[in-house]
This record gives sequence, C-alpha cells and structure tokens, in this order.
Amino acid sequence: MKAARRGFAAGLWLLPMLLHPADARADVPLIADSSQPLVKISAGFVGTDVLVFGAKEGPGDVVIVVRGPVADYGVRRKQRVAGVWLNADRVDFQGVPSFYAVASSRPLDKVMTSAARSREGVGIDQLKLVPAEPVDAAEAEAFTAALIRIKQNTGLFGHEVEPVRVLADRLFRAEIHLPSNVPTGKYDVEVMLVRSDDLIAQTVYLEVNKSGFGADVYDFAHKQSAAYGLIAIFGALLAGWAAHLVFRKI
Amino acid sequence: MQIYLPIAEISLNVILLLSIGAAVGLLSGMFGVGGGFLLTPILIFIGVPPPIAVATQANQVVGSSVSGLLAHWSKDNVDFKMGSVLLAGGFIGSTVGVVLFGILKRIGQIDLVINLAYVLLLTSVGALMLFESLRAILRMRWRAGMPRKLHQHTWVHGLPLKMRFRRSRLYISALLPLALGFLIGVLAAIMGVGGAFLMVPAMIYLLGMPTRIVVGTSLFQTIFVTANVTFLQAVQNHTVDVFLAFLLLVGGVVGAQVGGRIGARLPAEQLRVLLALLVLLLGVSLALELVRTPTEIYSLTPAGGAP
Repeated sequence: MKAARRGFAAGLWLLPMLLHPADARADVPLIADSSQPLVKISAGFVGTDVLVFGAKEGPGDVVIVVRGPVADYGVRRKQRVAGVWLNADRVDFQGVPSFYAVASSRPLDKVMTSAARSREGVGIDQLKLVPAEPVDAAEAEAFTAALIRIKQNTGLFGHEVEPVRVLADRLFRAEIHLPSNVPTGKYDVEVMLVRSDDLIAQTVYLEVNKSGFGADVYDFAHKQSAAYGLIAIFGALLAGWAAHLVFRKI
Repeated sequence: MQIYLPIAEISLNVILLLSIGAAVGLLSGMFGVGGGFLLTPILIFIGVPPPIAVATQANQVVGSSVSGLLAHWSKDNVDFKMGSVLLAGGFIGSTVGVVLFGILKRIGQIDLVINLAYVLLLTSVGALMLFESLRAILRMRWRAGMPRKLHQHTWVHGLPLKMRFRRSRLYISALLPLALGFLIGVLAAIMGVGGAFLMVPAMIYLLGMPTRIVVGTSLFQTIFVTANVTFLQAVQNHTVDVFLAFLLLVGGVVGAQVGGRIGARLPAEQLRVLLALLVLLLGVSLALELVRTPTEIYSLTPAGGAP
C-alpha cells in the first residue's frame, strides 16, 4: 500500500518524460529505480516489498533480476547407517547469491532464448552453481537441486517468476518481496529491456542494513563482546531476582 | 506481534516466545533442571539457527535458575556447600569438555555424538529413575512405618577428604561430588546444556541427597555453569541474542516461580516419577528422530570464507 503510493509518486515524477517522448527517446531507452534504495531492518521488521519501477522507450519486454550478496554454502546429505540417519556426504558451493528473484513482463521462455538467459543469468535454472570440488554429474545435480530447494523453502530464492506490470507500453513496475530473514548487504537489481534484436540493461543498487536499536545491539555484540556477554548475564540475574521479589509478595 | 531479533536475524512472534519461556520455566522450577535440553530443540524447531539457540538458551537459563534458586532458598532447600563442591568439579569438567568438543568437531560427526549421547543418557537415566521411584512408592505403601536404613556403607565411604554436608545430612568424601561435577561438566559442555537433568538424578541416587534439597542445589550450580557458557559463547561466537533471551526470560521467570510452588507441594516421590517420565519421553522421541526417515535429507550450512 505504502509501496503503491510511492509507485504513484514515481509515476508523477516520470510524467514530464511522457509528455516529451522525443527528448526521452534521444537519451534513455530505459530508466529504472527502486522505492527503497536502503532497506532498514528494525525491531518490527517482518519483511518488505521493494518496488522496482521505471519507464521504457518503444516495444520490448522488461525482465528484472535481483541478486543478494554472494556467500559460500555447504550442502550436507544424511544417510542411513545401521538404522540411524547421520550426515554423510557434503558438497560445498562458492559464490552463491544469498537472495535471488526474477520478475518478467511475460513468461521468460517467450521473452528470451535459453542462450540469452544463460548469458545473462536469468532464471534459477541458469544460476551458475558449481560444486567447489569436482563430484560426478548425478551427484552434482542432486546437491544443486537440494541447495535451490532449501533456499526456496526459506523464501530466499523465488519459487516462480514474479510479474512486471507495464502501463501504456511505457511505465513498468514490479514488487520484489524481501522476507524477514533476508541477508544484509548489497543487492544488485538488474533491469533489462529485452527486444527481439538487442538487450539494454541498467543496474539499480539496493542496500539491506540493520538499523535502530537492533543494529546498535548487533554492533555492540560484535565489537564489545565481553561487555555484551557480561550485560547478558547480569540482565538475566536481575530479571530472575526481580521475578522472585514480585512473586514473594503474592 | 512479530519482533526482529538482531543476532538471530529473523522475526518471531512475541507471544510464542513468551509461552515457550513460561512452559520451560515451569518445568525448570518444578524439577530444578535448567530446561536447556528442552529449550534448544524447541528454538531450533521454530526457526532459530542452532548456534544461536544453544547460546541463547544458556543466557535464559541463568535468569530462570536465579528465580528458581531464590524460591528454594527462601524455604532453606539449598545446600550451598555441596553446590560449591559440585561446581568446582563442573568448571574443570566443562573446560575439558570444550576441548573434547573441538576434537570431535574436527573428526566430524559431532552431531551424531551429541544425539547418541542424549538418547543414551536420557533413556537410561529416565528408566532408572522411573524404576527406582516407582519401587520406592510401592515400598512405602506396603511397608509403611518400617524402619529404614539411612544409607548403606560401601567402599565409597572409605575415600579420604571427608566433608560434612549439613543440609544434605551427608558425611562423605569431597572427591565424590567433585568427580560427579567433573563428569557432568564434560557431558554438559559436549551436549551444550547446563547438565542439571543429569545432575539431579545423580545427586539423588549416587550421593543420596534428599530430593527437596537436590532441586535448589542443582539450580545453584546451574547458574554458574550457564553464566560461563553465555560468556564464552558471546565472546567467541557472538551467538547470544539478548532480545530472544529476554523474551524467553520474562515467560521463564514467571513459569519458574509457579513451578517452584507446585514442586514444593508435590510429594518427593511423585516429583521423581514425573521427572523420570519427562526425561524418558525426551530420550525416546530423540531416538525415534534418529531412526525416522527425514522429510529433507539435505541441509544447508554456511561455509567459511563468506564475506
């Protein structure tokens, strides 16, 4: 709702360009921005929708890819040994985007060829997830599928392609949902205008940060960890004592 | 109502956290166990990352143990001398345990060792306690009024360094509680819990302490063990979430007070049966968990070197 209002405001801001299409055409075939260049995670954070919007010149589809900061992951597989399930094999993956979502104005396979999707890294099936150490093909496939499945189930990889809505073949907008467990760091939002013969891309940056009291606590816990530990202990001692005082009177 | 936990990096429901704290606190006050062995799996189940769950429950248990201890202290049900000796052993034991933990982790399969340790200890301790206390109840019903021997003399009573523990009505070698504290300290460090659920039955059956005194005394030493764990985790791993701990505590201290009152009213033998059942139940469910085919056999861990 809030995002929608911002989207409307953004539309107004783009109005001069609509009124003077000739000027716009000369300079920028694609212009994009996001409603929240800085996503702040504070105490009440339950996830948020970031609105990615903009204007395009002429025909063509809009495809948006959001990638979170890369991280390394280990995927473990349990195996039954003597009746008991225990962690057996492990495959490591490096440089995996910690968050990944795609939005498109039309079904992806109608917009881009698989070669183009592979080149631009559009779609979960096009993520370059390669085991850090070589394993045989079937194993690599199983572990890669598991990595994607777990990421999707925790809401950090999109289950499906989100819609990009296009107004008057000119303005476009898409909402990208960032869940409450969204990793902090720098996000790339790649906005692509895909036409039959070429592709124009613009990258919008997005920063996800902790803010407010929670961020201060996080910083304190990492920088002054001994003091933080002592405060945690004395806080607990005080709380226990206070509870006793309260209950003694009842 | 959701709250974002800055260290755990997830949002959770405030009411849910308060209720979990209260339920675990109730058991803690009743039985003198810290409740970490219950709290850790529950927190992991609702989505708290395991390292955060282990460290934060320690912080929560500090508070609920203080609250429980004070309730027992006001009824003079704490043997501080016994608690201190157990604690001395516990500190040495947990230091050795932390080293062992590191070795097991390097070999791999620390998860399995922890799980098997839980299953073996919980089921054997639970079964033993259940059997013993049921027998004691039956014996009391059948032969009420028969004079009972206070305790039996064995080789244990020939050990040096004899000490008088007035509140526990014991005159035994200090080496005994020291060794007990050490052993449980080792196990507690490996399993990432305070270890009271092992300490309580050991104090009853191995040392022969009266059940009523055991609960308060166990809480006394649990405070120090969990405070130590909280500090080490905060400094080494930055895994203590004070927001999460505080919410669990608010529920927990209230629960512990109520639990302490219920515990003081229940007959000691019945209290033992209940604790035995709880411990046994947990052991069996963990054993089933190990054998049951998991819905997802793959799991994701952050690997080192992440920016």
